[in-house]
Amino acid sequence: MKRLTLALLIVSMVATAAFAEPISIDFWHAMTGKNGDTVQAICDKFNATQTLYKVVPVYKGSYSDTMNAGIAAFRAKSAPAIVQVYEVGTATMMSAKGAVKPVYQLMKETKQKFDPKIYIPTITSYYSTSKGEMLSMPFNSSTSVMYYNKDAFRKAGLDPEKPPVTWPEFFEVARKLKASGMEGGFSTNWISWIQLENFSAWHNQPFGTKSNGFDGLDTELVFNTPLTVKHFETIYKLSQEKVFIYGGRENKANPLFSSGQVGMHFESIGGYANFKNTCKFEFGVARLPYYPEVADAPQNSIIGGASLWVFNGKSKDEYKGVAQFFSFLSSPEIQAFWHQNTGYLPITMAAYELTKAQGFYTTNPGPEVAIKQLLNKAPTKNSMGIRFGNFNIIREIEDQTWEDILAGKISVKAGLEKMVREGNAKLRDFERLNK
Amino acid sequence: MAQQYEFKAKYLPYLLVLPQMLIVFVFFFWPSFQGVWQSFFLQDPFGGRVIFVGLENYTRLFTDPASSYGESFRVSVAFAVCVAALSMIIALFLATQANKKIKFSSFYKTMMIWPYAVATMVAGVLWLFMFNPNVGVIAWFLKHRLGIEWQHLLNSGQAFLLVTMAASWKQISYNFVFFLAGLQSVPVDLVEAAAIDGAGPTRRFWKIIFPLLSPTTFYLLVMNLVYGFFETFPIIHQVTAGGPGKSTSILVYKVWRDGVINLDLGGSSAQSVILMIMVIGLTVVQFRFIERRVHY
Repeated sequence: MKRLTLALLIVSMVATAAFAEPISIDFWHAMTGKNGDTVQAICDKFNATQTLYKVVPVYKGSYSDTMNAGIAAFRAKSAPAIVQVYEVGTATMMSAKGAVKPVYQLMKETKQKFDPKIYIPTITSYYSTSKGEMLSMPFNSSTSVMYYNKDAFRKAGLDPEKPPVTWPEFFEVARKLKASGMEGGFSTNWISWIQLENFSAWHNQPFGTKSNGFDGLDTELVFNTPLTVKHFETIYKLSQEKVFIYGGRENKANPLFSSGQVGMHFESIGGYANFKNTCKFEFGVARLPYYPEVADAPQNSIIGGASLWVFNGKSKDEYKGVAQFFSFLSSPEIQAFWHQNTGYLPITMAAYELTKAQGFYTTNPGPEVAIKQLLNKAPTKNSMGIRFGNFNIIREIEDQTWEDILAGKISVKAGLEKMVREGNAKLRDFERLNK
Repeated sequence: MAQQYEFKAKYLPYLLVLPQMLIVFVFFFWPSFQGVWQSFFLQDPFGGRVIFVGLENYTRLFTDPASSYGESFRVSVAFAVCVAALSMIIALFLATQANKKIKFSSFYKTMMIWPYAVATMVAGVLWLFMFNPNVGVIAWFLKHRLGIEWQHLLNSGQAFLLVTMAASWKQISYNFVFFLAGLQSVPVDLVEAAAIDGAGPTRRFWKIIFPLLSPTTFYLLVMNLVYGFFETFPIIHQVTAGGPGKSTSILVYKVWRDGVINLDLGGSSAQSVILMIMVIGLTVVQFRFIERRVHY
């Protein structure tokens, strides 16, 4: 009997080796709706190309839910192999030494073919060290652009093919739109990301010292420059005249544009598909405006979105699978598929060229504006990205203070100083903890 | 007659309460202990680095103006009191009306109780839809028909009013049920005797009915304050997210925001320890002092 059991055991072991189950790789993400379906489709495609690995995408809720789930799982020693983390969590993930495996190391260790040069530099720089070592795999990247209502332009006697290029022109047009009978002229989402972070990068001005935090934790916010003060003072003044309408934090101002109450609006290019569905008028996408007196403007805009981080402590085989999956993700076909289905930007030049060759931009000109804006110039230390710890709190402080400014509780100058002062205190907290 | 039973087995009682104690330990004592422990440390979310800081997380709450803890405290108290007062007054009024002999009274009663079935989160969404400054029906009506600019995204008074209304609306049903039950148990002969003695309806209500309702009123007061303090999180989260500025950021919302979104575990733990002390304090006050003075 004993012998029989032993024999069976051996047979079963041999059998498992021969017909091995694919190694399962958990991939936690925060994509919903069509984007979530596309994630599933990409994983299915990858699983169909080979039999060794099986990538299992799991939806974990919002960005912060997903990040928290990843952190909790790591603390409970049951982390997934891959977790999607939004851009504000980048510094937190980076400083979590021992918790994550940098992508460049992963590729080297698994001997996966990996050429960092195929990626669009403005996208990868956000997730790389200042030496150019890629720490996480860019996944869904977007940038902020200006949307404008072409029908409203016509009604106000403006040329719908000539959106304003500079801020003075922009404010002029906004006033005209309001005068033409609209509820207001313009609105904006994401006050920090668009009007502070991208505003600074686009004008090649520092948002913070030490290359916006890339070169050290002892970075400080410096965005309360005369230019920003002037910009915010103008918007505040226009809000008094009801030319600028505040629609809420994050992307809550979208209905103002899609319902035709304002004629111009700032939002991520990731919202392009959404506006195509909800706007009952013809709209266009244009680059962010700039102040012509700034010599280096326009520079290039920076990205938002999320990237894929790999957790430490997985087996060698799992890492091989992850590396192979990342290579698959970076292939032009998959990137073009992702880009065209979700509206997020392609992360490689090849995918951009492929999409162009497929004629996608003739019917969807919006996304190309965003790509060209990102590629406008080679990124400088002011426009590589933002690398701050406690960044979520800093953005929250900015949101809150902006609301106090618009409500007239604090002056623009004092408000921007408050953002910088309180934000710096949060940076010092992060530095103290991560020295 | 009260009759006492005695268990002969020495350990059986302990065994019988063990499941309950296990649940209390796992879901209450252990997390509370963790909260107290974490409130003395600064730590990175992954638990890689932990720095002991003593009481710094607490002193910061009270001394650092940027933490705005005092403001959050004031807002919470004002909010809880307003919600309790508004929902109880309206519920009491509606209950006295529904208690009269009127046509369709059971229909009214059913309708009154209905909102209680709505989840708090959904209640928040409903109110937000109606008052959304851009697309809300009521916001549009206020602006275009009454000339009132509704902008709760920037006007902190309006924001406070909106969350108070949403939270109260949800709670009226609950209060209504208890008040109605309370009113129905008021002896009719007492009221009739007062009427014969010449007391008018108002006087009958305040001198006879209202004092007899005091146990219900007191119970509801405690429940409503607890509701206003702790259970209104979904409404704040949904309707204002603590804004504009920090003007509707009540204590429970701030704990969640600092801990879960901003990953400041030490500071968030310190706040929840303070909340825990408050709850303990409230309970002691309830049982020790107030309960004795209310006539059942």
